[in-house]
Amino acid sequence: MILQSLKMAWKSIITNKMRSFLTMLGIIIGVIALVVLVSLVSGTTESVKNSISSIGTNLLTVTISDDKGRPVKLSDLDEIAENSDISEAAPIAQTSITAKSRYSSETAAIYGTTASYKDIAGLTLSSGRFIKKTDVDNHTNVAVISSDLATDVMGRTDVTDETISLDGKNYLIIGVLKADDSTTSTYSDYKAYIPYTSLIRLTDTVSTSITTFCVSAADENSTSAAETTLNNILYERFNEDEDAYSIQNESEIQEAMESVTNTLALLLGGIAAISLLVGGIGIMNIMLVSVTERTREIGIRKAIGAGRGTILTQFLIEALMISLIGCGIGIFGSWIILKIASVFATSYNLSFSLSMNVVWIAIAFSTAIGVIFGLYPANKAARKSPIEALRYAG
Amino acid sequence: MEATDIREEAPAVSDAQIIFDNVSKIYSIGDTEVRALNHASMSIRSGEFVSIIGPSGSGKSTMMNIIGCLDTCDAGQYRLNGQAISDYTEKELAAIRSRQIGFIFQNFNLIGNLTAEENVELPLIYQKVPQKVRHQMVLDAFEKVGLPDRRKHHPNELSGGQQQRVAIARAIVTEPSLFLADEPTGNLDSATGRDIMSLFRELHDLGNTIVLITHDESIAHQAERSLHILDGEVSE
Repeated sequence: MILQSLKMAWKSIITNKMRSFLTMLGIIIGVIALVVLVSLVSGTTESVKNSISSIGTNLLTVTISDDKGRPVKLSDLDEIAENSDISEAAPIAQTSITAKSRYSSETAAIYGTTASYKDIAGLTLSSGRFIKKTDVDNHTNVAVISSDLATDVMGRTDVTDETISLDGKNYLIIGVLKADDSTTSTYSDYKAYIPYTSLIRLTDTVSTSITTFCVSAADENSTSAAETTLNNILYERFNEDEDAYSIQNESEIQEAMESVTNTLALLLGGIAAISLLVGGIGIMNIMLVSVTERTREIGIRKAIGAGRGTILTQFLIEALMISLIGCGIGIFGSWIILKIASVFATSYNLSFSLSMNVVWIAIAFSTAIGVIFGLYPANKAARKSPIEALRYAG
Repeated sequence: MEATDIREEAPAVSDAQIIFDNVSKIYSIGDTEVRALNHASMSIRSGEFVSIIGPSGSGKSTMMNIIGCLDTCDAGQYRLNGQAISDYTEKELAAIRSRQIGFIFQNFNLIGNLTAEENVELPLIYQKVPQKVRHQMVLDAFEKVGLPDRRKHHPNELSGGQQQRVAIARAIVTEPSLFLADEPTGNLDSATGRDIMSLFRELHDLGNTIVLITHDESIAHQAERSLHILDGEVSE
């Protein structure tokens, strides 16, 4: 019976091809809007989330804005790292310099830090070693450089034990970072890590007073415990002034980011859902016209034995079919649009794919719309009296 | 006149398939009441070929609607195959139409976007007959109306006579106990009309009950018996 209803619905849809397509168009546009917008937002979210979690969610960053005459020194960090909730602590200072070899030169970001930073930031080396404690103690001119910097300035990546000039000073390359495969970015990532103490000598903006340092919690679950400990230490140190420093929790940033994008997805999805609703009204409109036009057909069907339920099912399935075919075309259209968007977005380090969740939502929504807006016309058709319908001169 | 006698005799007929006992149907148009049927009584035996003849506005359409279970009466009783139809629900009426009555209309009433074959198949679908059985039944029906090679055509590709044959095939495919034809030759030229009438006689010879509604005396006389209807009252 259902199969027959499907066949009949299909017949009447293809009998009025143009009208059926125009009716579907409302649903098609609604579904494309819903699926594409939500997929774009979730694609962006995914990319941002990945870059945040590559930093690590057990990472706390402390920025000191006012040291109250009691600046944090390297030795203080060792003390902080001795707390049970805290795994490691490392200063981080950054400046921009010119990296030069005999062949070429590039502007690079240079970071002054200590041995602990490797584990905190989760850096991996393709060759050589990272900065050691002795390098920091002895202010040695050694550098760990990113693979992009190695390739573009030194000409190749296996450049350990060679010399690079950073703002005119010669540094011995002790290690090269592994190229980051997770990002497909086309811009080059020029970075160099040198001992914190060496950076003090290289630039005037960095002193023995540490203004920014990173702390890693013992594990991901103790991040908030580590944050509390750290807060207690700093609160006491800076004369109980909360505004003198700030602690950034990476997992908090991630959560905040997620809630923002979720709200955005909900908002855009809601707007798109309204256009789906409008599409549904279009279906109802055309179904009402169709019911009136086919009054005589309804009378004939009733005369030869169709009951109310049969007529209701037939028109309801027709509305549902228009809605779901529209939904299918819409999903296919979204897939194509997202494919095209992905081609353009790769240069921005983004990738968009059809979000399956929103596809299911679109299907569920289209079904609901087909039923809700199909029910009234179908019921109207089913309630027609057979004599009236047969007498109808349409 | 005789109507009074029939009213008394009708229920006595033991093998009656259709019994009208004092049936009335009243339509209200605005404030005025129209008695389309006024205490009409008659009976039709199983296997009879009866014509109901009357001018337009006489109540014959109303009578056909009630006989065909498309409508129910307001007063009196209508019995079809022993069932009192008067107080049936719409669903039950649909079931009776589906199984016991084959309709043939003046303007054929085929569904335009279905092929001839699909039109004939439709009542079987409503009866939930399995597809394999259905196919053979449809072929047989086309064979009976002498139209075996036009099955795949749409109604608008067929002549009036052919369309009426398809409509008759649609009526006979369910093997109903009663054929109800409303001016079946009204839209046909006289030659085609004769063909259709002979098809009805063939159906009658096979033992089917046929009720033919018409305003045309010459058509009415081709039936075994004629019932006259005027101003909502029936007479022999």
